[in-house]
Amino acid sequence: MRLPLSSAFVATVLTAAVIFLLRAFPFLLFSKKDPPPFLRFIEKYIPSMIMAILIVYCLKDVRVTVAPFGIASFVGIAVTAVLHVWRNNAMISIFGGTIVYMLLRLL
Amino acid sequence: MLSQVHFRRAARTTIPVFFGYIAIGIPFGLMLVNAGYPWWLSAVMSVFMYAGAGEYMAVALFAAGTPLAAILLAELFVNIRHIVYGLSLITRFKDVGKWKPLLVFLLTDETYALLTDVIVPDGADAGAYYGTIAVLDYVYWISGSVIGALLGTVLPFSFAGVDFALTALFTVLLINQVRASRDFLPPAIGIATTMVAIVLFRAGILPGQHIIMAAIALGLAALVAVRGRKFRAEES
Repeated sequence: MRLPLSSAFVATVLTAAVIFLLRAFPFLLFSKKDPPPFLRFIEKYIPSMIMAILIVYCLKDVRVTVAPFGIASFVGIAVTAVLHVWRNNAMISIFGGTIVYMLLRLL
Repeated sequence: MLSQVHFRRAARTTIPVFFGYIAIGIPFGLMLVNAGYPWWLSAVMSVFMYAGAGEYMAVALFAAGTPLAAILLAELFVNIRHIVYGLSLITRFKDVGKWKPLLVFLLTDETYALLTDVIVPDGADAGAYYGTIAVLDYVYWISGSVIGALLGTVLPFSFAGVDFALTALFTVLLINQVRASRDFLPPAIGIATTMVAIVLFRAGILPGQHIIMAAIALGLAALVAVRGRKFRAEES
């Protein structure tokens, strides 16, 4: 069940506050002193781990044991990755991968 | 304020972000409307949150009926990278004056990338120059997401599958991060822990809305176990 509109609205406003505080955090706290080691550990290793988590999470409803084995999703990701490594243009990679995925789903 | 020459120069540096934000903003708006929400929520989200990956994830979390606390925690972790951005801009933002709060609010991945890269031309006010770039990016993003949402409400055909743009966006961001860090271990851990969480979800042990949090918690523990000692050695 999706969230009702009112809950989605409240979540939007509170999330916005969280994001702003994150953006303001270093300016409020570390204009004068160095950040603590744990924060540097998070900065260093967490972002790429989170991206990998989000990619796999997007595939949570793919059934790899039943035809068509999630081929559209895996090929879509592969096309996105190859385009990005090759051309390094986020727009081309995202549109290219998404179009291939949408076409493969139609087959 | 900027002279016309300086404004044009600032605007020119935002052209790649214009195309990127329109391209990523439209699928966001489409997805939100396809998830059953009104078009104006896309404007509200983009005006107040102004965070690409964060907004994409919010659509997925809203659609799955995720509890508020879990949404906030997931968004906190997804956007924690913004702390890094701020840290590396403290010196650069020393002399931007009254533009500072606005620049901090508008600090997205792409604007950060532009601001760390641009050179303020002679005679231009640094705050106004950075601010112009940041505000233009903001306008592109809001426009893209509202265009997408309006398209979603009027176009007769289904956009089933357009939400794959989310997966593609995360793939692109992951490649960019690994390019910079040359470190495959954190994403490998992330893939493994999310697969564990999904197996637990399919076995009926873990509710669907907790997959991301479980994967992050397991991943963080694994990272500290594997890299904690090395990190402390490098620190000292």
